[in-house]
Amino acid sequence: MTEPLLRPRRKDPLRKTREPLLPQGLRSRTAHGLTAAAAEGRFMLQVCTDCGFTLYPPRDACPSCLSDRVPFHDVAPGGMVLAETTIRTSTDPYFRERTPWRIGTVTLDCGPSFVAHLHGDAAEGSRVVMTLRLDKSGNAVAIAMPDKPTSHQEDDVQLRELTCDPKFRRVLITDGRNATGQAMARAMAAAQASIIFVGIADPWKPFPGETDLRAIPCVEIVPLDITDTRSVADVAGEIAHRVDILVNTSEHHRAGGIMNRHGLTIAREEMDIRYFGLLRLAQHFGPTMRARGADGVNAAAAFVNLLSVHALMNWPEFGAFSAAEAACLSASQALRAELRGGGVKVLNMFAGPLDTEWFQSVPPPKLSPAALAKATVDALRMGIEDSYVGDIAQDIRARLDVQPKALERELGG
Amino acid sequence: MKRRGYEGVAVCAPISVPYRRYSVDSAHWWIGRALHALTQRTGLKPADIDGLSVSSFTLAPDTAVGLTQHLGLSPRWLDHVPMGGASGGVALRRAARAVQAGDADFVACVAADTNHVDSFRKTLSSFSRFAQDAVYPYGSGGPNASFALITRHYMNRTGATREDFGRICVAQRANAQRYDGALMQKSLTLDAYMRARAIADPIHLFDCVMPCAGAEAFLVCREEDAQAMKLPFVRVLSTIERHNAYQDDPIQYRGGWAQDRDNFWSMAGIAPDDVDFLQTYDDYPVIVMMQIEDLGFCAKGEAPVFVRDHSLTTDGDFPHNTSGGQLSVGQAGAAGGYLGMVEAIRQLTDEAGATTVPNARVGLVSGFGMINYDRGLASSAILLARS
Amino acid sequence: MTSALTAFAAALATGTIRVIDLTHTLTPEFPTIVMPPELGQCAPFRMEEVSRYDERGPAWYWNNFSMGEHTGTHFDAPIHWVTGKELPDNAVDTIPPAHFLAPACVIDCSAESAADADFVLTIPFVEAWEAKHGRIPPQSWVLLRTDWHKRPPKAYVNLLDDGPHSPGPAPAVVKWLVEQRDVHGFGTETIGTDAGQAAHFNPPYPAHHYMHGRGRYGLQCLTNLDLLPPTGALILAAPLKIRQGSGSPLRVLALVEINP
Repeated sequence: MTEPLLRPRRKDPLRKTREPLLPQGLRSRTAHGLTAAAAEGRFMLQVCTDCGFTLYPPRDACPSCLSDRVPFHDVAPGGMVLAETTIRTSTDPYFRERTPWRIGTVTLDCGPSFVAHLHGDAAEGSRVVMTLRLDKSGNAVAIAMPDKPTSHQEDDVQLRELTCDPKFRRVLITDGRNATGQAMARAMAAAQASIIFVGIADPWKPFPGETDLRAIPCVEIVPLDITDTRSVADVAGEIAHRVDILVNTSEHHRAGGIMNRHGLTIAREEMDIRYFGLLRLAQHFGPTMRARGADGVNAAAAFVNLLSVHALMNWPEFGAFSAAEAACLSASQALRAELRGGGVKVLNMFAGPLDTEWFQSVPPPKLSPAALAKATVDALRMGIEDSYVGDIAQDIRARLDVQPKALERELGG
Repeated sequence: MKRRGYEGVAVCAPISVPYRRYSVDSAHWWIGRALHALTQRTGLKPADIDGLSVSSFTLAPDTAVGLTQHLGLSPRWLDHVPMGGASGGVALRRAARAVQAGDADFVACVAADTNHVDSFRKTLSSFSRFAQDAVYPYGSGGPNASFALITRHYMNRTGATREDFGRICVAQRANAQRYDGALMQKSLTLDAYMRARAIADPIHLFDCVMPCAGAEAFLVCREEDAQAMKLPFVRVLSTIERHNAYQDDPIQYRGGWAQDRDNFWSMAGIAPDDVDFLQTYDDYPVIVMMQIEDLGFCAKGEAPVFVRDHSLTTDGDFPHNTSGGQLSVGQAGAAGGYLGMVEAIRQLTDEAGATTVPNARVGLVSGFGMINYDRGLASSAILLARS
Repeated sequence: MTSALTAFAAALATGTIRVIDLTHTLTPEFPTIVMPPELGQCAPFRMEEVSRYDERGPAWYWNNFSMGEHTGTHFDAPIHWVTGKELPDNAVDTIPPAHFLAPACVIDCSAESAADADFVLTIPFVEAWEAKHGRIPPQSWVLLRTDWHKRPPKAYVNLLDDGPHSPGPAPAVVKWLVEQRDVHGFGTETIGTDAGQAAHFNPPYPAHHYMHGRGRYGLQCLTNLDLLPPTGALILAAPLKIRQGSGSPLRVLALVEINP
């Protein structure tokens, strides 16, 4: 069992904030196959197409038959810890301030030996389940987890370096006027977030669910309009140093394509709310979050974008909307690189149409805001950076993998 | 096919440039010092050196070729042996064949590394592609952590105890107290060994070598040339080299020596009992145990008993790492792969001074190197005999 | 004529004529009119700093701003409404500039509006006002004082579950003001010239319908109407010269003579 995490004491405002350091982030190009798997929470290794040999560390030829056909595949993650050590001195500044640190040699059922981080409940001689995660440098590492869940296992100090668990963290939900923002607040409360700041624009305008939102434990309403640079700056000035996880729930779902939509007013709103909103949040919250990437138990951990899966491939029925989402996706990639210096992750949640009034005429399956919120908490707990939520998002993802051009035609109807 | 012997080849002029913990000088400087000492010792002029073998981790961005211009040499035979702890043996066996074939007359073999304040960390983080991808991100414990896992597994499998490893370290420190070039000469007791702080369990402080700067060198030439220069020399009885042996072992429990030892002993025509001293590659004591086993001095898994039953000092019944090994002399990068070789040449040419093993006629020098991922890949062994 | 302006300038200098600002400060927070979300929306005021004595402009401070034509204290031109779309000189760039100066009659409904957010101005109410202050002269602004500008934003917009609730004119009185009193335009403190529930009137939005249909103007989101006398104030309300503009945010000033 893991020693349960204690709710962090309030920080002495006069104390120096620990500067974020990163473990080494250099990887070979091939090794980023592991990063791709970790980004989605999968356990993948190279498997030789010609002889079936499973290999690790990543290579450019099969060490069994010298074939160069060695793509990454999902493989069985079970294994056994053959030997373990506790590193007490490290040459690397990041690990130096995190010792003692346990690693072990894990013999995988699928073949190779894997030197991996060890969860506190993964002891020498015991069965484990290997998982690939993204470390603070944004690259894949493996941590061996106990093969059966143990109590408070999510609180393990080494595991928590690799995840963005909302537990005891302070969350900013940028828009609480919509169903997604409200579901997100409920999900974060259930995940034991310590404070849930919820932004409300145009406070003079009533909105459905307001009473219930205010009743959620730990919710603090803040006047935030992400289309207003000054408002974002003002709120950031007040609370940016207390935001550990930022979830941008601001949305603007409007049907309409490119050519036939009359004028640019709605397109501008889309870009203003979605793309420029993201930029405003990044500019005003990002630097403080990046500086707080190693600030104790509730260090800044993640910047979460809720994106349409049609950011990946345009859905002409919502054509201009899709284009704005694509702009957000592109910006998120830049932001990811910028926040990496602080070990802060950018999590993109890709969703299909939501079960809200804006997709009223779209046939099912549709994603409930509550399901999206729960998936977001799950993704943060895993520490992944790309999550495809629901049937539509996973369908688009799979079809994109197979044949992007076919997907383009099919979405065009 | 029967291997050809090393008849007519002489190994001579052992050179050790005194080590320093840190150096502001470059690898080029250290190699230059060693070659300068070699010319002083042998009377050869730089232009006479027509063969050069170089081992160094810190020569970047230069290579052995660039080094020739840097030092004003013009060899007709040039080798670069980037094999860490196996460098000495591999350099020797290649140089011996070159001399035997007449491709070169005088091959200067040199290994050197500098040690800046931050060069150890930089070397570790970019040591190999697998190190970069699959080792350094996991706690950055360096070879300490890799050998901790190997040691732990070896202990689990053989019943070796920390005291067993301690015996090796304590005996080497006693030897180092007789070798002026050793950086660590303060006496070490088994009790002090046991009480040392943990580095990466079960590795503790005195299981680890200390990175430093230094250079080692020797000369390979024909016997008649050595005699003409009045240089005492040693003969080569047999050599082996192996890389990436036993790759299916889930963790390292044996090295390439085990695969090649029958060939090794039969080529020399002698047996382990005929060896008067052993120089192993001792970056960690667990590897010393594997070499003792895999080279045939005892059965697999019995090295812990072997070290309990033998005395490993220069005056003991199994003289081992007679200058103190890297554990006491220091690990000067690739020069660590030459340390045992140069000391063995001294032993067999009566130049070992206070570390002399009485009446030594045959010595074995074993090499081991390159923790590419989870284990050392390169192994070598050389049997040397008094001429 | 110069003597009149000289006297006017002297009166301004001595304070005999006071200038009262009827304009709200443009801020991002100031509410704009709320339309159903699937329809086009009026953009609120937004400002982006271009430079502030920094690397983007070392010695100067300036901003870019954006907003709709009907954001903040603003002017409605006849072209704003479908009933005025064919009229000559109906856009802010073509309105004769003399129309930007006109006297005002201020009808105080503040007590009635406080009592009833859906207060509706009627002909009898105006007739009662005329009985006290005299007949509304032709080409006068009629400004509806409700003290609505004193309300905090939420109460100002006053959205209930059936939409906005704020005072405004009944259809009959607007038609009457245009036809019987030849007014210059209609101004309010509320977010529009019409009542919050005017969508349900017949015709809907009568202030827009009749005023603009007859080439008259609108002013909304005015402030400080409580500082104006019932009659005698001169209003300066010149919108930005936007080509074919339907309206414009503007600075509305009232000139008031002290002890006339």
